[in-house]
Amino acid sequence: MYDLIIIGAGPAGITASVYAARKKMDFLVVTGDIGGQTAWSGDIENYTGYQFITGPDLVHKFEEHMRSYDTSVKEGEEVMEVVKAGGAILVKTSKAEYQARSVIIASGKRSKELGVPGEKEYKNKGISYCATCDGPLFSAKNVAIIGGGNSALDAALQLIKIAKYVYIVNNTPELGGEALMRQKVEGAQNLEIFNNSSILAVLGEKMVNAIKINHAGNEKMLSVEGVFVEIGLIPNSDFVKGVEKNARGEIKVNSRNETNIQGIFAAGDVTDVPEKQIIIAAGEGSKACLSAFRYVAQH
Amino acid sequence: MAKNVKVYSTPTCPWCVRAKQFLKDNNIAFEDYDVSSDRLKADEMVKKSGQMAVPVLDIEGQIIVGFDREKIKQALGV
Repeated sequence: MYDLIIIGAGPAGITASVYAARKKMDFLVVTGDIGGQTAWSGDIENYTGYQFITGPDLVHKFEEHMRSYDTSVKEGEEVMEVVKAGGAILVKTSKAEYQARSVIIASGKRSKELGVPGEKEYKNKGISYCATCDGPLFSAKNVAIIGGGNSALDAALQLIKIAKYVYIVNNTPELGGEALMRQKVEGAQNLEIFNNSSILAVLGEKMVNAIKINHAGNEKMLSVEGVFVEIGLIPNSDFVKGVEKNARGEIKVNSRNETNIQGIFAAGDVTDVPEKQIIIAAGEGSKACLSAFRYVAQH
Repeated sequence: MAKNVKVYSTPTCPWCVRAKQFLKDNNIAFEDYDVSSDRLKADEMVKKSGQMAVPVLDIEGQIIVGFDREKIKQALGV
């Protein structure tokens, strides 16, 4: 039985792993990917110590730090269930079953889908959930970004450099997100913003060639070959049984990252901690690990 | 016999980085096409895969979209 299993290897999970390694805990990291949402981020200018770093570069630094200890990382394993049975916590994955005295859930969030006609048919055929990855394929093409928060702005800042013309379809009266990013987006020459607008359908033949939107009550067609979905995130918390969650599905934690189940801790974007930021997730990961360490020492 | 492996990728895509790292870890030689700068290869990739997403791996003519470790292992026989 392990002292600790960390689920997820984004900023929270990786930071927890660094602390666990330094505490010489017997632990395991189980994760689908490395970096989580940070790996898909464009430019990062608010992680202390780096005035500028790209998402992939920051993840590279994180991973390097994690692997500088002899940490066992099970990458590409999807966690199916976490359940407490007696004194042990059982972690069932797509490949194996593990037991630990404590668990930190740091499984983050994933992109919300549009839920409109055409989304399934044209996924990867013009529809993308990762501007950082697929953006360069749309050079000199018209694209639309659906959403108006920070991740939509981030996608816009990447795409105005690549695409011919960028539409933003935002369902609120004005763009949200960070003021500095918003200014840069609003100043772009090859960009048009449709506020109070929602997407109705994605259209095409083999690939996407248009979207239908509702712009302030009127239907409108936009001719685009790419659609980038940035309408927010949902927590990856379905696999945890018996843990209290809020209405958004986020795992409830207290200031020591404890959940309502003894021995199960949670950190980062999967929790109800206010504000979802890389630096906050990292800090929460360290807190969760210190709490788990104390718990294991006492039980 | 070494297999003919091609990777179509963009420099910023995390799954591309991991796919290439996976090939290197398994000592598989491959040709790497940066489709963000090479239009011809980008078109070739879309034609082969029928999709607009990276990474795309071409392993002896077998097309794999995304970093699907198990499929890649099978295609390579590792």
